[in-house]
Amino acid sequence: MAGDYPDDLRYTTSDEWVRREGDEMVSGITSFAAEQLGDVVYLQLPESGNHYDAGQTYGEIESVKAVSDLYFPLAGTVAAANADLDQNPGLVNEEPYGLGWMLRFRPDNPGDYDSLLSAQDYEQSTKDRH
Amino acid sequence: MTEPLIFELSSPGRKAYSLPALDVPEVPLTELIPEPYLRKTPAQLPELSEPDVVRHFTHLSKLNYSIDSGFYPLGSCTMKYNPKINEVAVSQPGWKDIHPLQAQSTVQGALRLMVELQELLAAISGMDAFTLQPAAGAHGELTGLFIIQAYHRARGEMRDQIIAPNSSHGTNPASAAMIGAQLVTVGTDERGRVNIEELRSLVNERTAALMLTNPSTLGLFEEDVVEMADIVHRAGGLMYYDGANMNAIMGVARPGDMGFDVVHLNLHKTFTTPHGGGGPGAGPVGVKQFLAGYLPVPVPTRRDGVYILDADRPESIGKVRSFYGNFGMLVRAFTYIRRMGSDGLGQVSRDAVLAANYVRARLNDLYPQAYPGTNMHEVVLSGRGLREHGVRTLDLAKRLMDYGFHSPTVYFPLIVDEALMIEPTETENKDTLDAFVDAMRAIAAEAEVNPEVVTSAPHSAPVGRLDEARAARKPNLRWRPGGDQEPAQVPPAGEEKPLGV
Repeated sequence: MAGDYPDDLRYTTSDEWVRREGDEMVSGITSFAAEQLGDVVYLQLPESGNHYDAGQTYGEIESVKAVSDLYFPLAGTVAAANADLDQNPGLVNEEPYGLGWMLRFRPDNPGDYDSLLSAQDYEQSTKDRH
Repeated sequence: MTEPLIFELSSPGRKAYSLPALDVPEVPLTELIPEPYLRKTPAQLPELSEPDVVRHFTHLSKLNYSIDSGFYPLGSCTMKYNPKINEVAVSQPGWKDIHPLQAQSTVQGALRLMVELQELLAAISGMDAFTLQPAAGAHGELTGLFIIQAYHRARGEMRDQIIAPNSSHGTNPASAAMIGAQLVTVGTDERGRVNIEELRSLVNERTAALMLTNPSTLGLFEEDVVEMADIVHRAGGLMYYDGANMNAIMGVARPGDMGFDVVHLNLHKTFTTPHGGGGPGAGPVGVKQFLAGYLPVPVPTRRDGVYILDADRPESIGKVRSFYGNFGMLVRAFTYIRRMGSDGLGQVSRDAVLAANYVRARLNDLYPQAYPGTNMHEVVLSGRGLREHGVRTLDLAKRLMDYGFHSPTVYFPLIVDEALMIEPTETENKDTLDAFVDAMRAIAAEAEVNPEVVTSAPHSAPVGRLDEARAARKPNLRWRPGGDQEPAQVPPAGEEKPLGV
């Protein structure tokens, strides 16, 4: 899975991906982050209606190896968190860009999307970390 | 693993005891215990004969791996050999047969031991006063931070931030959170040391303390520690020393001389009291004189030639544990320190550093050191070279069991890719170190030609590869009568996690 970064998504240097879906955006963590973490065993995700700034901690992800913070990719308000991850956190490893999504949110400023990294730039940032 | 649970060995009516005939008048149980508190059905306790019980636990003990059975290079844990003389000392009736509520005049020897141990630990760490109450390292951290908080409050300052490096033990941020402080993380520079310029930018009037491990979890000595202490002190903060790595500097350098104000020591690491399943821990906390009034009560002390437990300390943060700490551990640590002497303790640290550098020198062509250079009592290497063969550091750790060794710490510190943290300790001879190095090199060769044998390890352990993810996601925490082995329900989000670390 590592090295798999779909072109139609945007990325952050803290390993979140963002997909635009109409007025809302969907976000999760990249295959690179999922691979680094190893098997995910628990997630703490936020309530709908919570507002976060870009880069603010919104939750926690725990794997067999480590616990990490989750960072909100763009300033916005949570519309929904993926409830399926409660019972099946392994979806993050199996389908990081699909069923393993974490958030659906309404961005304060949809134009912020364009400031995020392209797939190519994100891939480069992961290589610099090895 | 073939050993059943003791409940599964149970057979109704089997007993490991026989009582003599009753020779006193029988009293109905309801006259002794109020009826609502009596159970309606018998407790489901296992019923076995004495040899069944002894064999069961003997079988289990043979499945165990311990420092008495082999090399245990678990980084940051200082799994050194625990000399048996400690056990001889603590089994003396004057230590083992006393009660914590006994009159102080009848336990003068025990109180004297505590007072003298406080003095010895103060001399070793360069502090002025100690408490022996905390029962673990993290408990010591919590105690130390309460003392720091009390100090700031007494001065009318509301300092709510604790700074810790991103290489710190996970207990540091956890302890900061436990006292309600905000954690501020300081980064690591290209030398693997605390980024001192970043530290400078982070300290301010909200800084309560910097928590530092020296040498750090990367096994590297923080040469700038005196300057760091100066930066923190000038901002009005205090310096906390996490003593997890004291085995690197004992008898050579003292945290008190580096500018630390509060220190905890781990008797179960540095001072050879049992560690892990072998016994309870002990994490004494030492402070500089200006903080002595805040130490937990009661404080064992000497007054007019008599040893007493002084509880009249109005500034004290209060008790942090029942009675006076894990007393048996105090006797063992005292025995170790007195037996080694100050020259001996210095030799311990020199040998521990030598052993870890020897292992590094023999391994770092295959397993590169995270931050190159001379290390202290432990070395952090990376297993990332195995990744190209589809082998992870976790697989290497499992495979080491087949070679008869306990694994090093893996995946910590978090800032090192595929981290392998090796702490051989001073109690191992060169033959053991060589055998371990040879095993590490052999596994690297296996990863190249036969990765399958590594990724499917262990092959010789009582149980094969465990499904750690499933154990954490769907923990099966208890045996149920009738073999009804339903996995425990995962609690809803926001409540308790399935498994803590």
